[in-house]
Amino acid sequence: MKPLSELKLKVLDLLKEDARRSPALLATLLGVTEDEVTEAIAELEEDNVIVKYATVINSGKLDDEKVTALIEVQITPERGRGFEAIAERVYLFPQVKSVYLMSGAYDLLVEVEGRTLKEVASFVSDKLSTLESVLSTKTHFILKKYKQDGIIFEDPEEDRRLMISP
Amino acid sequence: MLSYLAPRVREIQPSGIRKFFDLASGNKDIITLGVGEPDFITPWHVREACVYSLERGYTSYTSNAGTPELREAIAEYLHNGFDLNYDPKDEILVTVGGSEAIDLALRALIEPGDEILVPAPCYISYSPISFIGGGIPVEIETYAKDNFKLKAEHLQAKITPRSKVLILNYPSNPTGGIMTYEDWLPIAKLVEKHDLIVISDEIYAELTYGGKHVSFASLPGMKDRTILVNGFSKAFAMTGWRMGYACGHPELIYAMLKIHQYTVMCAPVMGQVAALEALKNGLEEKDQMVESYNQRRRLIVQGLRDIGLSCHEPQGAFYAFPGIEATGLSSDEFAQRLLLEAKVAAVPGTAFGAGGEGYLRCSYATSVNHINEALDRMGKFVQKLKQG
Repeated sequence: MKPLSELKLKVLDLLKEDARRSPALLATLLGVTEDEVTEAIAELEEDNVIVKYATVINSGKLDDEKVTALIEVQITPERGRGFEAIAERVYLFPQVKSVYLMSGAYDLLVEVEGRTLKEVASFVSDKLSTLESVLSTKTHFILKKYKQDGIIFEDPEEDRRLMISP
Repeated sequence: MLSYLAPRVREIQPSGIRKFFDLASGNKDIITLGVGEPDFITPWHVREACVYSLERGYTSYTSNAGTPELREAIAEYLHNGFDLNYDPKDEILVTVGGSEAIDLALRALIEPGDEILVPAPCYISYSPISFIGGGIPVEIETYAKDNFKLKAEHLQAKITPRSKVLILNYPSNPTGGIMTYEDWLPIAKLVEKHDLIVISDEIYAELTYGGKHVSFASLPGMKDRTILVNGFSKAFAMTGWRMGYACGHPELIYAMLKIHQYTVMCAPVMGQVAALEALKNGLEEKDQMVESYNQRRRLIVQGLRDIGLSCHEPQGAFYAFPGIEATGLSSDEFAQRLLLEAKVAAVPGTAFGAGGEGYLRCSYATSVNHINEALDRMGKFVQKLKQG
């Protein structure tokens, strides 16, 4: 993998802050032409560096609040294919929001989302823990999200600065 | 009670910024480009270091010049960043903001009747403080066509046998002008020739775009003639902490230290703890903030030009200084009507002394969305003016 150009890194930084920024605005902010930005974004998309333009939602503000759990999973790696095969079997479930291979006391960290506690619990007991290579699971339900992907969920503090200062 | 006041204090005018502050205050619909401070909150690790020190009970006086650790860190920072070499023992004085450093320097230097040369438009406090101390402020006009650089011929024209101090502020508030090494050389020559002493307020040094800041004190032969003023407010987003410092020849710093010890004793210890943390672990965040200002600088300059206002390329600080002369309004009228009719606050150039008429200071230390909205409102306002 060759390192990304400085322009691409800066474009990524700005889009991470706000994915709806237009190429024209990015071009002005970065002091380059709009074509250069459009091309950089196209390449980033093509190379699957930009995977998706998703929206970060503060689910605490929704009525139909969902239940999310982080599950520590211990597994025995499969001969020849390591952790990949079992990880795939886990992440293909649509309830599974994210899967990470971890160092330390367990192997996979799996984030599962469901409508109710019961739904998540039965996913774990019926689907996850019954997989052949799964040795054990530990389920932690998330009570409140304060910050996700670098974004703080609290209502933003107002600008405390004086309106005019020298 | 007025008759009790010292005539010099009675005579100085309140800042031209005051009036706009009163007009704008309390109106939530206003978008402000009038703020002369970063829109970032002090990075958490800096605040946290201060909280920790309070928990540990660091609440006493420090040595008058500031803690030895902080002075050493400042010396190292100035050496690495700006090629400056100051001995933390007796060439660095930690002050209550850059403002105190400027006040101390002027008080230490001015005798009644001395002329204090100040390139203008400039930060609002240099002339009044010079005047209170008995000095005669002499403004040297700088021009948009020169990108508001100080030109040797303009300086030369204002030098008299009474000239004693030259106050420099590059990168400049309010113009965003900077001085390169080549720009400085003829100025340094005049300083030498006329035996001037320089107070160089380099509070915006880190906010220099597309090149490296050249400190006046780093020029050949200028270190001993210069009192360098800098601080943490702008580069490290620490305005409210009031942390600044002065560097210079031991005899000058010692004189300033005497005034400092009789007036404020020492800079607040919690600010010093925070400033030390900023220098030790905050340089990367500082660079990210500078990059962010640079992006917004491009946005506002482009936007102001698109509106049809002339705007020189500001290469430092976080201000654009567009010309509004073509609208037929004075700076004051323009700023006032912009505020009342378009709900955008900015500061008229006239608040910054000579050469400010015809200009408007627009701070871009505000979010991209606010800048875009402000530009949109300004555009419509200027359009309306054109249609009469």
